[in-house]
Amino acid sequence: MTVTTMTVNGKSRSAPTEGRTLLVDFLREGLRLTGTHVGCDTSQCGACLVHVDGQPAKACTVLAQECEGAEVTTIEGMANADGSLGKIQQAFQDYHGLQCGFCTPGMVMAAASLLKENPRPSEQEVRHYLEGNICRCTGYHNIVKAIMAASGQQVEAVAAE
Amino acid sequence: MYDFQLVKPSSVAEAIEALGAEDAQALGGGQTLLPTMKARLAQTDTLVSLAHVEEMKGVCTDDAGRLCVGGGTTHAAAAEALKSDYPALSSLAARIGDPAVRARGTMGGSVANDDPSACWPAGVLGSGATVVAAGKSGTREIGADDFFQGMFTTALEEGEIITEIRFPVPEKAAYEKMIQPASRFPLVAAYVAKFADGVRVAITGASSDGVFRWTEAETALSQDFSAEAVKGLAAPDAGGMISDLHGSAEYRAHLCKVMTARAVKAAG
Repeated sequence: MTVTTMTVNGKSRSAPTEGRTLLVDFLREGLRLTGTHVGCDTSQCGACLVHVDGQPAKACTVLAQECEGAEVTTIEGMANADGSLGKIQQAFQDYHGLQCGFCTPGMVMAAASLLKENPRPSEQEVRHYLEGNICRCTGYHNIVKAIMAASGQQVEAVAAE
Repeated sequence: MYDFQLVKPSSVAEAIEALGAEDAQALGGGQTLLPTMKARLAQTDTLVSLAHVEEMKGVCTDDAGRLCVGGGTTHAAAAEALKSDYPALSSLAARIGDPAVRARGTMGGSVANDDPSACWPAGVLGSGATVVAAGKSGTREIGADDFFQGMFTTALEEGEIITEIRFPVPEKAAYEKMIQPASRFPLVAAYVAKFADGVRVAITGASSDGVFRWTEAETALSQDFSAEAVKGLAAPDAGGMISDLHGSAEYRAHLCKVMTARAVKAAG
């Protein structure tokens, strides 16, 4: 066992790890940050998506020790300082961008990555960017609406696919 | 995942030394190897992460005008760096997997793994690139035509890693793929590159021997660089094609023609 330290949601956090400890297990088991979900555990579904040094990463397919010293942001870091929902989270609530909610942490983190590199994406760009995030409830339509709304764009024109 | 010791070298020299240990395995971005290890289809005593070897990252141009992509460059970083100088290769990198995979997976890792459906091998073979490999006996250059030796099989020796790949820039090129929707790997994809001295066509996803050059198409396109020239050809022999629930061998052989013609059209 080694102690691994990284900056998680702005705070320095440490937990013991083995070489094989995955980032998602470091977060969930080591730090008890259980907002990051394990869906498929095979890097297909994106429920475990977090940001590592500003880049999207599927936390089930990253070794914790490779993130020593990294800046990690999880869904717990997406709320406003006063605890209210962040802009993207609020849009997911407003536009009913979730049903069971299991994929939602990954969807919100993917949306945040997208809006950072492309602040006003087209509907097509939103759908394309979400290709690594799987939702089995909503059919994506309201998720796309929520992300369009979070980017300050009209959502009325978003047509069901 | 079975336990292993994770080693994190910060230079190529340290990485080579670490890979000299018995049963050591190099780890690129981990987007293939980690899922494979989690499924217990692979195991190792020592895993050598190349993520912190900064000298293996980035893109530069050599004196011959070739674009030299570091083995540790992520798909996303390569896509960005190649955008203006080699748009076709940039586009190949930009369409691999999904955004999270592209942000971690590396060019060198993909080429060294040589998955029969991977994108990078088509870009490397189609460009006639040169692979630079480092190992305990030094650094050597391997031409793309000698590098790929069958499914998951390359010219890399035990303990060797890809530090860089040097891509000559063609006059025109394009990569067109038919995506297998569940995995987002190509079902079949064609990389077509037109150089002053001829055309190269590399096909991935189709053959059970991995990426290959479709020489009949190269000959036809070298005389007449048009989609019509491809349409006049017979499809490659379906005998050696992959056949699975996603597509029969005959379907893949047919797609070789379709994707090559599309790539020629896209190259303009």
